[in-house]
Amino acid sequence: MMIELEDIAKVYKVGVEKIRALDGVSLSIDENEYLAVMGPSGSGKSTLMNILGCLDRPTSGTYQLDGQLVSRMGGGGLARVRNRRIGFVFQSFELLPRLSAAKNVALPLIYSGIGWLGRRRRARDVLGRVGLGGRMRHRPSQLSGGEKQRVAIARALISDPRILLADEPTGNLDSKTSAEILALFDELHRGGQTIVMVTHEEEVARHARRVLRMRDGRISSDERVEKAGDQPAPAEGGEA
Amino acid sequence: MIVFRAMLGFVRLLVRSVFLALGQIWARKGRSILTTIGIVIGVASVTAVIAALTGLRANVLADFASLGVNKIYLHSNKPDRGPYRHARWDDLMLKPDEFDGVLEQCPSVSHLTRIAENSTVVRVGQQELDVRVIGIEPAWHKIENRSVKTGREFSLIDTTSARPVCLITESARDKLHLDRDCVGQRIRLFGRAHRIVGMVEPSTKFGVFGIGQRSEEILVPFRTLRKVQDQWMYAIAASKSPEASEEARAELLHFLRNQRKLKPGEPDTFAAEAIQRFIDQFEEMAAMITLIAGGIVGISLLVGGVGIMNIMLVSVSERTREIGLRKAVGARASAILLQFLVEAIMLCLIGGLIGLLFGQLATSGVAAIPQAKLERAYIPTWAVGLSFGFSALVGVVFGMFPAIKAARLDPIEALRHE
Repeated sequence: MMIELEDIAKVYKVGVEKIRALDGVSLSIDENEYLAVMGPSGSGKSTLMNILGCLDRPTSGTYQLDGQLVSRMGGGGLARVRNRRIGFVFQSFELLPRLSAAKNVALPLIYSGIGWLGRRRRARDVLGRVGLGGRMRHRPSQLSGGEKQRVAIARALISDPRILLADEPTGNLDSKTSAEILALFDELHRGGQTIVMVTHEEEVARHARRVLRMRDGRISSDERVEKAGDQPAPAEGGEA
Repeated sequence: MIVFRAMLGFVRLLVRSVFLALGQIWARKGRSILTTIGIVIGVASVTAVIAALTGLRANVLADFASLGVNKIYLHSNKPDRGPYRHARWDDLMLKPDEFDGVLEQCPSVSHLTRIAENSTVVRVGQQELDVRVIGIEPAWHKIENRSVKTGREFSLIDTTSARPVCLITESARDKLHLDRDCVGQRIRLFGRAHRIVGMVEPSTKFGVFGIGQRSEEILVPFRTLRKVQDQWMYAIAASKSPEASEEARAELLHFLRNQRKLKPGEPDTFAAEAIQRFIDQFEEMAAMITLIAGGIVGISLLVGGVGIMNIMLVSVSERTREIGLRKAVGARASAILLQFLVEAIMLCLIGGLIGLLFGQLATSGVAAIPQAKLERAYIPTWAVGLSFGFSALVGVVFGMFPAIKAARLDPIEALRHE
């Protein structure tokens, strides 16, 4: 197993009150899975994403990534894991407005100590993979919403991460552009990429091969979707 | 090997941070310039003050050196207490015979000359010239380091029998339109013909303490001048070395007190002033001014630093999402800390550089004012280093708090920041 969560709990203190955002979540994710996490707001899906993405540490329970116990790592260790093994895609893209597409994409490599030439070469490669080979020098303000999200995906992929974590990646896009971005995710999945995506749209979740539903900090259902081909999912999925 | 790699990584991050910081500063040019004004003013004023002091010091020390660092001036002086405080000046005047036997009793004194001074107008044909007539003894040439170039010094007979002879400078000769070789010719001083026996080297005195440099000098034997002016006189002694000047001064004080039969506890009725002492006093004063200027500049740098801190806090707040993103893609807290700290330091260094340019402008301006006599003013290298050092220090001190604030931001919170 690539990811092993065991009995994860996350407790926040708000004043004197304790809020259990996650309440005993156990989950395994295998290589090349395409997982969608769904649930109403406050169900704990964002907290789960933050813990999966090593942005946050669980209050209790263990998290192993590639056999490494990351739930007990310090800040520096977690930063390294985020840098090398995790790629984030955000709802609002989070591109730095003053940097060109290529420089935005290469940002994680700065923190892995890769030189200027190496950064440029890899940024070009990965922008090519998301279909933006000709947009290297464009600033975010010169790009459309879909292009911005492609740049963000390219940035997430540049370190060849073990998992790609996407938080409502189509939340800020129109339906046509959403379809293009989801097609890109499908393609990446076919290429062997492990993807975990938070969404509240069934339409989007249908692209995944496994759908996790959460409620009150627990997993309420975990369904696998078998698909015949590699086509974007038709509306029929839902068998366990 | 691991240590080397870690260091290389750090250097890379540092270089990266410097470029990043320059980019940020460039992107907010106007704001950055305004922010650094405190630093600019601080550095500009400190460098200008140091440069002016350096120039003043060079001039004053050169003056002192031209006066001779081992010289001790002896003149009468009315004490402000004791039995002589109401004495008549005439009674306190130094007298030539008070110096009899001085060299035997003051082993640290190598030379001593009694001096009388007067001024008069010399007429040669149509030419008139204001001259300062100085009555000297032969030791004067050694003490003042001005020898006779052509002709001869005053002889023992000239001195003892007060003969009407004189030494003149080249410029006095030229202004009087005398022959090039005027030795042996006569000029009238105080209604009496004086024979020129030699040419003396001109005075090297200049600047702040150049007394009498406007009038020409004619030297006569001490006793010759005492015949027309027997009131006021003084003496110049030279110690055997500059280091011995304090000792020689003490010996002279003791000697003259004995001569004047002053009782223990009674104040001196004369003064003995060593040039070395003036130099020490001046150095003390210069150091004091530097310190005071440093204090004032310290305050302006403090104000500048608070400005830097303020703008960095604004910057951290504005860039919260960026910080969150950088952390999410793997920036360690230390990398964020370094990024903001370097930005603060770069701001301060740019301020320091601009301040230094203004300081140089001010220095050139001051040096160009003829009356100020600061033509030797310049910014010494150590002051340049000091300016940048202090600017960087201000950056570190006042940039640290905002940088720590940035480094400690929680990435999840930061990415939610609006």
